[in-house]
Amino acid sequence: MTGMIRSWPLALTAAVIAVLVILPLLLPNFWIANILGRSIAYGIIALSLTFLATYGGFVSLAQTMIAGVAGYTIAILAPTAIPAGAGWSYGLAIPFAILMATLAGLIVGAIAVRTRGIYLLMITLALAVGFSLFVQSNVELFNGYEGIRNVVGPDVFGMPFRTPLVFYYVSLATAVLLYLGVMYLVRTPFGLVLQALRDNSRRAAALGYNTALHRIAAFGAAGFIAGCGGVLTCFYNIGISPGSVGMGATVNILIMSVIGGLGHPIGAFIGALIFTLIDTFAASIYDRDRFNTLIGLLFLVIVLASPDGVLGIGKKLAGLFRRKERSAEAAPVSPAQASPAQSEH
Amino acid sequence: MLEIKDVHFHYGQAHVLQGVDLAIGDEPLALIGRNGMGKTTLCHSIMGMARISRGSIRFQGTEIQGRRPDHIARSGIALVPQGRRVFPSLTVDEHLRLVAKGRNRPWTIERVYETFPRLAERKRNGGAQLSGGEQQMLAIARALLTNPRLVIMDEPSEGLAPVIVDHLCIVLRDLAKSGMGILLVEQNLGVATTVCDRVAVMVTGRIAATMPSQDLLEDETAQRRWLGVSAHA
Repeated sequence: MTGMIRSWPLALTAAVIAVLVILPLLLPNFWIANILGRSIAYGIIALSLTFLATYGGFVSLAQTMIAGVAGYTIAILAPTAIPAGAGWSYGLAIPFAILMATLAGLIVGAIAVRTRGIYLLMITLALAVGFSLFVQSNVELFNGYEGIRNVVGPDVFGMPFRTPLVFYYVSLATAVLLYLGVMYLVRTPFGLVLQALRDNSRRAAALGYNTALHRIAAFGAAGFIAGCGGVLTCFYNIGISPGSVGMGATVNILIMSVIGGLGHPIGAFIGALIFTLIDTFAASIYDRDRFNTLIGLLFLVIVLASPDGVLGIGKKLAGLFRRKERSAEAAPVSPAQASPAQSEH
Repeated sequence: MLEIKDVHFHYGQAHVLQGVDLAIGDEPLALIGRNGMGKTTLCHSIMGMARISRGSIRFQGTEIQGRRPDHIARSGIALVPQGRRVFPSLTVDEHLRLVAKGRNRPWTIERVYETFPRLAERKRNGGAQLSGGEQQMLAIARALLTNPRLVIMDEPSEGLAPVIVDHLCIVLRDLAKSGMGILLVEQNLGVATTVCDRVAVMVTGRIAATMPSQDLLEDETAQRRWLGVSAHA
């Protein structure tokens, strides 16, 4: 399924990264921070979901909540936060927040490990809603409905974190590292076991793999990714409130992932960019209040046209193009050669 | 090596295994029987993939009944499942790298490619793109790379072209000669008797008889009674 994208030459990846590095020098600040930077930061949270979906076969609704664990941790610890919390330095608070998110991921994994499909969705949704209510009702620690403000992030080379270029480049570097990390991880024996489990978990167990531990570890890795996204989005929003971890935010991450395509991790960023563009410009296209209608319609069109999101549409077009090329030359492959052995046994 | 004593298995109300007794030593043993006699269920019971309701399964002197499949696999038993069950989205090479552990074991990825040159040619192909014979080779290779003491093969010749079956028989006999324990579950009497000198016959959840392959080949009445067929190779 991912064959075509897997075989994308390295040169293309390098070119995309080069464009992303040069692009902000040509764009106004609004685009750098509020469109591209925001897309990348939320794309990282969505990446944690597409990683689990692509290689583990899990669609988890808890990724926003896990990002929220990192967000709230950093907000409580940050030196600049209002109301003031522990007052740690950012240098300590950021790794600690990501560590907490990784732990949260492992815990979600341990709870959800024996479920698949709709039950996994329900369990992770329940955890997400529970966490959102929890931070709302614990006023002393999380400052209730208002949340924690003025989490501005550390200075980078003497410049405030929220300088558009600083925020953009830090987000981009984080995203590239995480994305390459994911691509590396899925080629390691651990990543291969994960994919084997997705294909047929009984078979992987019969080869000597502890299915539960591998799944929990995958959720831990996804928690680490979501935690990085949680820290960045917390800086982007200059703080965090229950709205950042509520149902709406949870569904937004799911929509980004599905629009982009759950079949490949990169779909997270494509989906996040499309989502951000619509979210930002819906007002000028149509009407600010109609944002949900617009994104809902787009969601419907994409899911109907291609269950594999925008990436799937691209792949279909590429497939059509190739078939045209091939029909000129080679003889067709016999169907018997392409028979899959997919059922669980 | 493997001792199965009085193993019972219930599938809901159905009493599928009704007290199986079987011992597998260093000699390869074939287990034959008609459809629905419980052969696959027995394989799954040994692997821990089916929870037996009574009985004991001992491997190299240790009770393995009730253990998880991954524990049993690591203790040195490998199963080549019926229908092959390769992972459709992993390539041949990924299948092998998934299972291969270390270079100082008898079976390494290099040795697999030497034994099954066809797999080396199909290295970059996905599991779902392989032919039946190639999938079977891959399923066997995957099992061998765990470097088991005992390998259980559930109907490896099923659905394969005769010329591939011949190749398979040669591979299995070489394996048996190398000292690896083999339990070969087959419906094809020809394959079973070519690879193994002893056969056990399974009838409605019990082992009806264990005998030298030659005796079964010469006894057409027994073949008809237990298998409803005569030998075809």
